[in-house]
Amino acid sequence: MTEPIRFFLDGEEVEAQPGETIWQVATRCGIEIPHLCWLPKPGYRADGNCRACMVEIEGERVLAASCVRKPAPGMKVRTASERARFSRRMVFELLLTDQPARAVAHDPGSRFWHWVDKLDVADGRFPRRPQPAPDRSHPAMAVQLDACIECTLCVRACREVQVNDVIGMQGRNWHEKIVFDFDDPMGTSTCVACGECVQACPTGALMPASLVDENGVYANAPDRTVDSVCPYCGVGCQLTYQIRDDHIVAVAGREGPANLNRLCVKGRFGFDYVHHPDRLTEPLIRKDGASKHDIDIDPANPYTHFRKASWEEALDRAAAGLRRIRDEHGKRALAGFGSAKGSNEEAYLFQKLVRTGFGSNNVDHCTRLCHASSVAALMEGIGSGAVTAPFTAAGDADVIIIIGARPTENHPVAATFFKQATKRGAKLIVMDPRGQVMARYATHMLRFNPGRDVALLNALLHTIVEEGLTDRQYVQAHTEDFDRLREHVRDYSPEAMAGICGIDAATLREVARLYARAEAAIIFWGMGISQHVHGTDNARCLIALALVTGQIGRPGTGLHPLRGQNNVQGASDAGLIPMVYPDYMAVDDPAVRARFEALWGTELDSERGLTVVEIMDAIHAGAIRGMYIMGENPAMSDPDVSHAREALAKLEHLVVQDLFLTETAKYADVVLPASAWPEKDGTVTNTNRQVQLGRTALPMPGNARHDWWIIQEIARRIGLPWSYTHPRDVFAEMKLAMPSLNGITWERLERESSVTYPCDSEEEPGHDIVFGEGFPTPSGRGRLVPAAIVPPAEEPDEDYPMVLTTGRQLEHWHTGAMTRRANVLDALEPEAVASLAPAELRRLGIAPGARIRVATRRGAIELTARSDSAVAPGMVFIPFCYAEAAANILTNPQLDPWGKIPEFKYCAARVEPIAAQAAAE
Amino acid sequence: MPQSIRHDRRIHPGSGRRRAPDHPKGRQVDPAALAEVQALLGARERRRDLLIEHLHLLQDHYGCLHVRHLAALAEEMRLALVEVYEVASFYAHFDIVMDGETAPPLTVRVCDSLSCALSGGLDLLAQLRNRLGSGVRVVRAPCMGGCDRAPVVAISGVPARSPEEPSPGGVSKGRGVGGHALHEHASLDSVAAAVAAGDTHPAIPAYAGLDAYRAAGGYRLLQSCRAGERAPEQVTDPLEKSGLRGLGGAGFPTELKWRLVRQEPKPRLLAVNGDEGEPGTFKDRYFLETDPHRFLEGMLIAAWAIEASDVYVYLRDEYPQCRVILEREIAALERAGLAGDVRIHLRRGAGAYICGEESAMLESIEGKRGLPRHKPPFPTQVGLFGRPTLCHNVETLYWVRDIVEKGPDWFTGQGRNGRKGLRSFSVSGRVREPGVKLAPAGITARQLIDEFCGGMLPGHVFKGYLPGGASGGILPATKADIPLDFGTLEGEGCFIGSAAIVVLSDRDDMRQVALNLLRFFEDESCGQCTPCRVGTEKAVRLMAAPNWDESLLAELARVMTDASICGLGQAAMNPVKMVLKHFRNEVLAPGQESGGLR
Repeated sequence: MTEPIRFFLDGEEVEAQPGETIWQVATRCGIEIPHLCWLPKPGYRADGNCRACMVEIEGERVLAASCVRKPAPGMKVRTASERARFSRRMVFELLLTDQPARAVAHDPGSRFWHWVDKLDVADGRFPRRPQPAPDRSHPAMAVQLDACIECTLCVRACREVQVNDVIGMQGRNWHEKIVFDFDDPMGTSTCVACGECVQACPTGALMPASLVDENGVYANAPDRTVDSVCPYCGVGCQLTYQIRDDHIVAVAGREGPANLNRLCVKGRFGFDYVHHPDRLTEPLIRKDGASKHDIDIDPANPYTHFRKASWEEALDRAAAGLRRIRDEHGKRALAGFGSAKGSNEEAYLFQKLVRTGFGSNNVDHCTRLCHASSVAALMEGIGSGAVTAPFTAAGDADVIIIIGARPTENHPVAATFFKQATKRGAKLIVMDPRGQVMARYATHMLRFNPGRDVALLNALLHTIVEEGLTDRQYVQAHTEDFDRLREHVRDYSPEAMAGICGIDAATLREVARLYARAEAAIIFWGMGISQHVHGTDNARCLIALALVTGQIGRPGTGLHPLRGQNNVQGASDAGLIPMVYPDYMAVDDPAVRARFEALWGTELDSERGLTVVEIMDAIHAGAIRGMYIMGENPAMSDPDVSHAREALAKLEHLVVQDLFLTETAKYADVVLPASAWPEKDGTVTNTNRQVQLGRTALPMPGNARHDWWIIQEIARRIGLPWSYTHPRDVFAEMKLAMPSLNGITWERLERESSVTYPCDSEEEPGHDIVFGEGFPTPSGRGRLVPAAIVPPAEEPDEDYPMVLTTGRQLEHWHTGAMTRRANVLDALEPEAVASLAPAELRRLGIAPGARIRVATRRGAIELTARSDSAVAPGMVFIPFCYAEAAANILTNPQLDPWGKIPEFKYCAARVEPIAAQAAAE
Repeated sequence: MPQSIRHDRRIHPGSGRRRAPDHPKGRQVDPAALAEVQALLGARERRRDLLIEHLHLLQDHYGCLHVRHLAALAEEMRLALVEVYEVASFYAHFDIVMDGETAPPLTVRVCDSLSCALSGGLDLLAQLRNRLGSGVRVVRAPCMGGCDRAPVVAISGVPARSPEEPSPGGVSKGRGVGGHALHEHASLDSVAAAVAAGDTHPAIPAYAGLDAYRAAGGYRLLQSCRAGERAPEQVTDPLEKSGLRGLGGAGFPTELKWRLVRQEPKPRLLAVNGDEGEPGTFKDRYFLETDPHRFLEGMLIAAWAIEASDVYVYLRDEYPQCRVILEREIAALERAGLAGDVRIHLRRGAGAYICGEESAMLESIEGKRGLPRHKPPFPTQVGLFGRPTLCHNVETLYWVRDIVEKGPDWFTGQGRNGRKGLRSFSVSGRVREPGVKLAPAGITARQLIDEFCGGMLPGHVFKGYLPGGASGGILPATKADIPLDFGTLEGEGCFIGSAAIVVLSDRDDMRQVALNLLRFFEDESCGQCTPCRVGTEKAVRLMAAPNWDESLLAELARVMTDASICGLGQAAMNPVKMVLKHFRNEVLAPGQESGGLR
């Protein structure tokens, strides 16, 4: 079977590798065969339906589709016989007959027209069919099936590549039709607008709406393209910006290691925030006397509270304020928030500014709010906070656990790999109090009681230990403290835990066995694990599961906390954390500190700095008086955000650097207009530890400036002699500080776009899967840390009888500063909603779509009720991206003791209807 | 800049142009509809391959498929909405009713395929629409296998009455079984009367039941095989010597196919093709309605020979009476312990000619749209659920017992004109006595008409005939002396296929005949490949012109024949080619007639 197959192609003897099709061999041999329904891209199965690639095989009665047909030994294939060419041409003529004229084509540069040109097919001689009406119901995509050739590439794109399962073929014969769900308009279907179908369509029947005019005719042809990386989530999809007149008009997926050409709705259609009129284009200085307690400032018109300033004045003012506080109140009176949305270079510079310029370790970023507890547990358990395997390892797994994560919404492209794995036969176990799309692909869906993760996971550990399902050799060779864990989980039998976690004992045992006995099993988790006061404990249990079963360090195994932001991994690696320097080297380790003091040529603070929520408390306490915030929006993202906003208002001096006048920037004394991701060069590190290069695609608007330049200008003004000329200079310095960047250079990234760390040398690819031979802990072993049940910090009671949980939506990115300014995303999810179970709404007497009030002990917000059967009765889910009803007004700021992460996923709440007249106002 | 903004625009970045939807994306499942679907499905498995069966449950119960039920079914079976919808919309017997639409209480399907059309089916279709009014839905439908009793009409509705057990040995009504009543020799009055009577249940004909079949020695061969009294070779050798070939139409040597499957790893499966849809063909129906156990025993012998764990019988939905018989008799033989370890699954088609193509049938058994697969791999290697699968036509299996018991010589001894074996000809059209004619292979059309069918109908002069249903081509009466068998007609550009002989007379317009056949293919094309999907559509448009564009039709025929995925598209232009060859003056302008098809 593995022997090459020798056959004859147009008279020449050639070799085919096993599995290769005639088309592939021909293409390799330089023979061009037309093709429409065959898309030679990863994930696309050849379907052989269009018959544009027919070839003649000696001795066969009819022609064969070369895209699906595999050669047999000795077979004689003729690609250019009169018979084959005749059929191919006729196929094009038949299809051309029913196409819209090229002058009014939806995509005159489509693959279809490319081949029509190549084959020189004139007009179709056949009578035309009646044509279907266009469907322009979707804000992102134009459906114009008059150009459809029923090749089913969109069906395969939707069902086999992205596995969103929306597109299908209705009916049969020439009346058959591409449909969404039940032939619903695309805009009201279950379509999640990943746009894979648009990217796959060979005719323009499916087009980005931005590339056709109101008549459906091609418009806005790009004049150039730039390869870069998506600015949104931690998946790190590579993409290509299509640009016309210095505006992005469309985005296409690129074949990056994490996305294989796939994108989601944000990456593909959420690009126009960069061109939004709200963009800050001039430095702003707060007007004298403008209140900080009235944040009702229109981002499109900041001049009610701010005045324009020159860069010189703004930078001088910004730096002077910081310098004054440092000099008058001491180093620890300042703090800085960097951002996981910036580049590695920006993160590195920012933490270096705080550490060497401000003089303390008071620097943090939103990792504190997402995976700080996961990282704490991972550092403690296996000595590394990063994933042990990329999410694409799901492709090699037999069993996949997804817990506390909703990848179809928050890591949509990663989710495609999980769904594909289940189609291949992998068993999927989803654990989430809320129902979710992944459940349809799951063999087990465990909707456990919210906040009862440890009970659930300890029951699994109990079963594995009690039933002898541990990997004894692995435990002996690579772990420590197993006895302590074994003793601890003895009390957590599934039978005892069933009542607590809400999953019956038999299911718990079955799942434990499934995971432990799998050849290769992998665990993915998200904020549902980390954003609890017991977040670190939750993660400890997951680590223990992997360690006691040896499901780590091999293909298809591992621990993978799905990182949220495009560069949360990189920003953390770069040291945007108060306890550690770059590469997680502890600030309170004298030897480490000495090294960084030598590298940076200055004395460094030996104390750990404060974390995000601690900094807010320190402001209230008067300890911190000035802040520099780059690209973070704590006025939306912090728990109990009223408290955070009061803190921001209390600051003596606040410098905010951002794209928009965010809710945080409204409290600023100086606002510095920054660069959007497509406007700069820089590297970012995704959840898979893949360091990827973003490239400048657009000029900056107005007087906006590159972030690295702004940081450097501030640094210079507070006494640091910096002279970087480009991010590549910063990257070169980072390599001196960070062994993890071994083997990765700027030049290599320019060449390869993506390199995984750790990487042994510049010539080799990095290691996808790590810890096959022990862990980077002092003992070299993975540490098993038992976790006891800690209840959520605030349980429902009579006054607040429901459980509020917060999170994200597919369409919106975090605090909404970017995505709510992207037209398509805003159209799809335009306003604040609270999701409740249909039964719960009925019980409360609330109609879907009605205005409701959600209150907790911290505050109350008003928003629209959404009926969603995925939400359990007794729960309410609110995304935190909506400024008009900021969910974090409600959330509980209680912290996990190790990760210092707040409990965003659980607090007590009350939901009540609002009288109709009030809602109408 | 977005200007039309609401008050709170000042503090949030959204444009405020739209309101948020009050539910998640797309259709939501109606809890009441879900409860109805759950009640109907009961304890039945929710496996994907049962989708079509479950759709039938809904269609039978509600008389249509309400989309609220389809959404609920998707949820219940853990399928995507579109996975349910695209299957439901592929098959002609499923009536999808969108929100706000109402289902007709009664549907009358009038066969418009060739034999019925020759007998006034088209007029009946038009007249019934007027006569029955808007309360009854009257639609055209393809061949229902009643060609010898044309015209034929099927009446279906919502079964309102309690089930009544049909019994062997006497005609009874299969109430509560779903499906429809087949009305043969239909007239305006007879259909109107049946509709008025709500006669929507299949009539079960008299047939030989299990006891009768066993009394005549039935199942002894199977039992002797199972008991080890016969080695598989003692079954396959006679089959090989008999020259038995696949009687669904492809004519593949039976014994060779068994051998190929036996070479493949277990588990192996047997799939029986009872989707007899070739217009003019009704022989399988005949065997199932008269002697079902002879087929079932052949089936179980084949399953034994290839050591199949499961047998799937795919029966066309046009034969509800056969389904009742098979359900009953399979249960009977299971009760009698005759099924052994073999699990027999009876699967119901849903109105799609293409599912008679073996790989499309496999797709349909898997609960999908009936799209033919690419070959290779052949079903013997990669078949049902990816397993090695023996696919057989009903009639092929029907002959297994007789050939083995009576010996191959019995079979080969019956031939004529140099050919060997028996054939079951389905004869319809302008003959005096149409029907299933068990005749020697190699008999000529003229002999068949004269000796077996009582000659032509009075007043009709033999003009031509279809030797193999809609796809087998058309020959003129001058070519009526060719032996009819596998391989004898190919030189004429025709083939015998399922041996469906439709006889045409001087009263028949060959343009209309060809157009009727092409319209059938146009409608029944699965739509998968360009040459067939677009080609059949373009052919019908071209053929509607007063004078055919011969060269363009010829080019079209060439690409369809050469480049279609399956036999449907490859053979669809045979009527056109044959009419242009033998009946040119009927479709070409006077000056255009010389030349001929290249």
